[in-house]
Amino acid sequence: MDIFDFSDGREGYYGEYGGVFLPEILHATIEELLACFRECKADPKFWQDYVQLLQDYSGRPTPVTHLENLSRQLGGAQIYVKRDDLNHTGSHKINNVMGQGLLCQRLGKRRVIAETGAGQHGFATATMAAKFGFDCKIYMGAVDVARQRPNVFWMENLGAEVIAVEDGQRTLKDAVNECMRDWVTNMADTHYILGTACGPHPFPEMVSWFQSIIGMEAREQILKQAGRLPDRVYACVGGGSNAMGIFQGFFDDENVELVGCEAGGHGVGSYMHSARLAYDDATVGVAQGYKTYFLQDDEGNMAETHSVAAGLDYIGVNPIFSYLHDQGKVRFEAATDIEVKEALKLTMRSEGLIPALESTHAFVTAIKEAPTMGKDQIILINQSGRGDKDIFTIADALDDAKWKSFIGGKADQYRAENN
Amino acid sequence: MGLESYIAERKQHKDLLVMAHVVCGYPSFEANMQELEIMHEAGVDLVELQFPFSEPSADGPLFVRANEQSLKSGTTVDQCFDFMKLVAERFSFKVLMMGYYNTVFKMGEEVFVRRLKEAGGVGYILPDLPLEESANLHAMSAAAGIEPIILMTPTTSDKRLAQLGAISRGMVYVVARKGVTGSKTNMGDDVIGLIERCRQHSSVPMGVGFGISSKADMDFLRGSADLAIVGTAALKTWEESGAEGLRKFFAELMA
Repeated sequence: MDIFDFSDGREGYYGEYGGVFLPEILHATIEELLACFRECKADPKFWQDYVQLLQDYSGRPTPVTHLENLSRQLGGAQIYVKRDDLNHTGSHKINNVMGQGLLCQRLGKRRVIAETGAGQHGFATATMAAKFGFDCKIYMGAVDVARQRPNVFWMENLGAEVIAVEDGQRTLKDAVNECMRDWVTNMADTHYILGTACGPHPFPEMVSWFQSIIGMEAREQILKQAGRLPDRVYACVGGGSNAMGIFQGFFDDENVELVGCEAGGHGVGSYMHSARLAYDDATVGVAQGYKTYFLQDDEGNMAETHSVAAGLDYIGVNPIFSYLHDQGKVRFEAATDIEVKEALKLTMRSEGLIPALESTHAFVTAIKEAPTMGKDQIILINQSGRGDKDIFTIADALDDAKWKSFIGGKADQYRAENN
Repeated sequence: MGLESYIAERKQHKDLLVMAHVVCGYPSFEANMQELEIMHEAGVDLVELQFPFSEPSADGPLFVRANEQSLKSGTTVDQCFDFMKLVAERFSFKVLMMGYYNTVFKMGEEVFVRRLKEAGGVGYILPDLPLEESANLHAMSAAAGIEPIILMTPTTSDKRLAQLGAISRGMVYVVARKGVTGSKTNMGDDVIGLIERCRQHSSVPMGVGFGISSKADMDFLRGSADLAIVGTAALKTWEESGAEGLRKFFAELMA
C-alpha cells in the first residue's frame, strides 16, 4: 500500500486526518518546502546521498540483535531488536535530521530551528547544524530544560542557541508553538526541522520518508537472521516517527501485525498520560498545523499530558496513525510508567541493553505478549534510542539512592567552589 | 447592514476607521467591559473579541499570556458568546469573533455560525484556517450573513491574492509584516505597496494590522488603508497604566 499516494484523495490527508492548518503568511513557505520535498523524493540521487551520509556519519545500517536470554526467560516468541539506539547521538532522530539537513541545503537556507522535548531531537539537530554549518536555534519548554540539562549542555556546546519557552505548560507542545512564531518571522532564510511525523503537510510524509530507512533495513535483516518475517513489530509512539519508520518496512506484509505503544503514564482514567489512541480520552481536533487525535477538553483546549519518558509526552499523534488506527491496520497499546521501569530493569539484566525510556514502552508490550506466543514465532522491537546517556532521568525513574548521594556530593563540591 | 456597507457608512465621517481587540476574560470580563467602554467613547468602529485558546501560535508573547491566563481563570466558550451578546447590544461598534479554528471545529461549524449570529457578531477571523479548508464554513456563513475575514500578507503571491480576493467579503485583514502580533512594524513604502497589491485583487475595505501603536502609524496609513487594527499596543497600555492610560492612548491615536 502507498499511503502517500494522494491521487485519489486530498493532498496531505490520510482519511480525514492531516492537512495544513497554518496562518496565511506561511503558505508560500510550506509550498516551497513541499515542492522541494517532491523534487528530492523523485530524485534517486538524493536518497543515495542520504543513505551514504548516514552510513558515513551515523553508523547505519544499525544491526538487529536476537535477545536469546530474554526470549528463553519469557518462554514464548523469539525476540529481535532493531538497534536504532546505535546511531550517532543515540537515537533514530538523527535519520530525519540528516535528511532535512540535505533538503535545507537544496532550499538554500542557512538557518535551522527545531523544537525538542526530551532533548534528543534538539541534540541531533544541533549536531547536524554543526556539521552542515547552519545557524541553529532550539526551542525547548522551560520544564524540559530544567529536567534535561545534559542534552542542553551538548546542544549549547555544539553551537546551538537553546531558548527556554516559558509559555503554556512549558513542555514540547509549547516549544512547537514557539518554533511556529520564529518561522512566521524568519521563513526567508530559515527551515523548521520538525522532529516527528506530526504538524502540517508535508512534515508527516517527509519525516516518515526519512525514517523509512529503519524498516527497509530491518525487513531485510530479519529475513536474513530469522529466516522469515516477524509475526509482530513493536514500536513506541510519541509523535510516531520511529514507529512509522519501522512499520513502513512491513506495510505490504499482511501477516505482520504492527503494534504501536503509547505512554500510559499513571494509567487508564488517570488523565495523567499521553495515550491518544490506546485509551479513549483523545478526540479529533486541529492544532499545531494539522488535524488528528488530541488530548483536549470539549472546547478544544489542550489537556495536560504526562509520561516518565519526555519524548512521548505530547498531546497529538501523527495523522497517519489516526487513520491506520481507524482502519485497524495498526494496533495501539499503552505502557504505564511503572511497567516501563520494570521492563527496563529486566532488559538491562537479561540482555545488557539499555533502551531509552521512550523505547522501553515498546519492550513493555512485547514482554507482555511474548509468553502468549509460540516459540517459533518472531517479535521485532524497535529500540529507537539508548538510555545510558539519559542517566539523570533513568536514575530518577529507578529512584537510585547511590546516584542521588553522588549528585548531592557533586552539588556540595560546586557550591564550595563558588564560595 | 453588512460589514462592508457599515464600513462605507462610517467612512463618510472619517477617513481612517479603527478596529480594536480584547482577549475575552483577560484580565477579566469586567475589565474587558471597561476597556470596551473606553474604546466606544474614543469612537472605535469595530472590535475583535478573541476567544482564548491553549495554542495561540499566531500570537505574540503578550496575547499568549492573555490567552493562557484567561483559560486558567476558567473562561469558557459559553461565557465568550454571552459576553459578545452583551457587547453587541450595548455598543454601536460592530463585533467580530477572533480565535483559532479548533474552537470552531469542536463545537461544529454550523453551531458556530448560528451562535455567532445569535450573539450579534458580524464576522470572524480564524488565522489558522486556510482557504483550502474553509469552503464549508464560508458557505454556511454566507447563508447566515456572517463575514469571514480573509488575511492577506507580505508573502502572499499575486496568484494567491487573486484566489483570496475572490472569496473576500466584508473586509480584508492586511498583515503589515512577517511575524506574530505585538512587535513594532516600521511603516514604509512596502506596507503601502502591499495594500495597493491587495486592492488589485479585492474591492472590499482594507484593514491593516500587526504593530500599529501610534498616531504616526495612523497618519501613515491614512489615505491608503480603510481601517487601522490596534491590538497589542492597547492591551499593553491597559496593563501598564489602566483605564486612564487607555483613554489617553485612544485619544492620542484617534486625534
